[in-house]
Amino acid sequence: MTSPLQQKIKITGPSVVTANRTWDGIVIYRDTQQGWTDELADAAIVRTADEARALLAESTADDVDAIGPYIAPVIVRDDGAIEPGNLRERIRRQGVTIDLPIPA
Amino acid sequence: MYAYDEIDRTLVNERVSEFRDQVKRRLSGELTEDEFKMLRLMNGVYLQLHAYMLRVAIPYGTLSAPQLRKMAHVARRYDRGYGHFTTRQNIQFNWIKLADLPDALEDLASVGIHAMQTSGNCVRNVTTDQWAGVAPGEVEDPRIWAELLRQYSTMHPEFTYLPRKFKIAITASDHDRAAIKVHDIGLRLLKNASGETGFEVLVGGGLGRTPFIGKVIKPFVAGRDILSYVESILRVYNQYGRRDNIYKARIKILVHELGIEKFSAEVEEEWQAMRDSALQLDDEIVADIRSRFQYPGYQTLSDTPDELTAASADPQFERWLNNSVAKHQKPGYAIVTLSLKPIGGPPGDATADQMDAIADLADKYSFGEIRVGHEQNLALPNVAKRDLPALWQRLDELGLATPNVNLITDIIACPGLDYCSLANARAIPIAQELTRRFANHELAEMIGRLHINISGCINACGHHHVGHIGILGVEKNNAEFYQITIGGRADEGAVVGTLIGPAVPYDDVANVIEDIVESYLALRARPDELFYQTVERLGVEPFKERVYATR
Ligand code: HEM
Ligand code: SF4
Repeated sequence: MTSPLQQKIKITGPSVVTANRTWDGIVIYRDTQQGWTDELADAAIVRTADEARALLAESTADDVDAIGPYIAPVIVRDDGAIEPGNLRERIRRQGVTIDLPIPA
Repeated sequence: MYAYDEIDRTLVNERVSEFRDQVKRRLSGELTEDEFKMLRLMNGVYLQLHAYMLRVAIPYGTLSAPQLRKMAHVARRYDRGYGHFTTRQNIQFNWIKLADLPDALEDLASVGIHAMQTSGNCVRNVTTDQWAGVAPGEVEDPRIWAELLRQYSTMHPEFTYLPRKFKIAITASDHDRAAIKVHDIGLRLLKNASGETGFEVLVGGGLGRTPFIGKVIKPFVAGRDILSYVESILRVYNQYGRRDNIYKARIKILVHELGIEKFSAEVEEEWQAMRDSALQLDDEIVADIRSRFQYPGYQTLSDTPDELTAASADPQFERWLNNSVAKHQKPGYAIVTLSLKPIGGPPGDATADQMDAIADLADKYSFGEIRVGHEQNLALPNVAKRDLPALWQRLDELGLATPNVNLITDIIACPGLDYCSLANARAIPIAQELTRRFANHELAEMIGRLHINISGCINACGHHHVGHIGILGVEKNNAEFYQITIGGRADEGAVVGTLIGPAVPYDDVANVIEDIVESYLALRARPDELFYQTVERLGVEPFKERVYATR
């Protein structure tokens, strides 16, 4: 894999770094404490390509806890609430859009 | 059923303990994800959007009752209480934790089930007709040959790292339920003029980004030569297949680029040099494999039992009987399809409770055997006709008697954007909405056989190209859109469907399909002219006009 430091990174707005947690696969976000959280609200938000590159590099370095970190867009509401920036990320955050055969 | 021997069992158990060790090393950080990824894929473990997914092969779609109960156990204990049957005679568990996977695999190994060959660039699990061994008129049970190929190809050192994955399918019936024309190699079992058993061999079929219908490479290869012939194909592919470009790496591209004549000449040359090698099958080997398939002790039963005649007065039973019950080789018996396509439900899902109940029904009514078909339904292959009314009662209670087999609501759909990390768009909710639109069984029967296939991206896991109506999810400006094709077929007359026009948005897909079906009903020449036949006769224009006239 190309090191994030060498990747061309473009972001169009506020973004986070997201991945899946290694031991159980659930969706996680890089937080501001150099760790991971399963709450989008606690994710570190980056707004420039340089910030994004640095956050991704830091995330990628943690290969033990997380799989496949990447930058994903978010929407920051006026009241500060953070929402996923596209449908894929919405589904990753909120789960399947259908009723599961056995309710969770 | 096939009886596994000691070698198989040891192999499967060794694989599980190896994987347990690998998982431990991954969790401790000793293995990086880059190093581990290949190892987990070799054991059928994928990463989806929300969790890991375990894909387990069901060789030639044949399951025993204890095996199905073990699937139920895995679903309940390690997953969220259900499993998903796929278009490749696999089952997938969508929510398994990496830390639990070795235990789950060990539990499955205890009944001879494993996840080998469900991923990676190897020869994948060989698929066949889900009615093998019971379909009337079949040449011979194709599973004997599927098993020979499985034993030959499982972890074959030369073919574990092919340019790309490799799928073989076998049919032994005139009506091809195994979709052999869209596989890398398709084998049709037949007898030649002198009564010898062998295969018509097709090569280079496949769906995905560049769909191709397989071409006949050799009209007859004798059974004893089939391994050497398949090996010759694999060798030519291994040598010339494009390893530089993943989109061009499948054998279909090689066959297309070389042309079937040149490709078959290469194979022929390879084959002539090795056909008399150790790969030649003597009759004893084939007989040994054949003897390991145990067939039920069928009784001599009436083909028109009183129980059946009496129950046929109930129109609901009668509807199910006509739709979901098929003829068996033995008089007095029937093949019963269990629809995993309830109205409004996700195609192919079965709960742990349903799996347990089906296993019990198999024990009671089907000599302990269950089949898994590529249409994402299950079947009980050996039901005495006199038991059909009692079986139906129970299936109906379990939600497994929707009389929609092969009808418009028997939709094949991939997991799409609800689960799959490669998806552009959702597939399951589209299927659910369509089943609601066509929930009226009388309407569905009036429409007749019509297969809808949905894929969430160009990888085509939902086989959209060969659906009579195909629906493919694409992304446009961050929104879900769907391309519609019509006129595809997956059976002996396989063709790739034709695109009718620009993609339509998520909310409009069901309306478009309704328009297409209404046009068909207005245009068909006779009530028994099937949808794909009308498309064949008239082309896509009239459908296109109707769909885009108001859009
Ligand atoms: C959600 C996890 C899945 C992933 C990541 C996945 C991935 C893929 C990929 C990458 C391909 C294309 C390979 C190629 O042709 O080059 C493919 C093909 C295929 N997949 Fe899946 N798949 C998934 C689930 C499924 C399911 C649930 C089914 C069955 C319902 C399925 C059935 C197939 C089939 C039949 C093909 C072959 C199409 C062909 O003939 O070329 N897959 N899959
Ligand atoms: S077709 Fe695409 S979206 Fe559907 S399961 Fe396959 S890879 Fe995923």
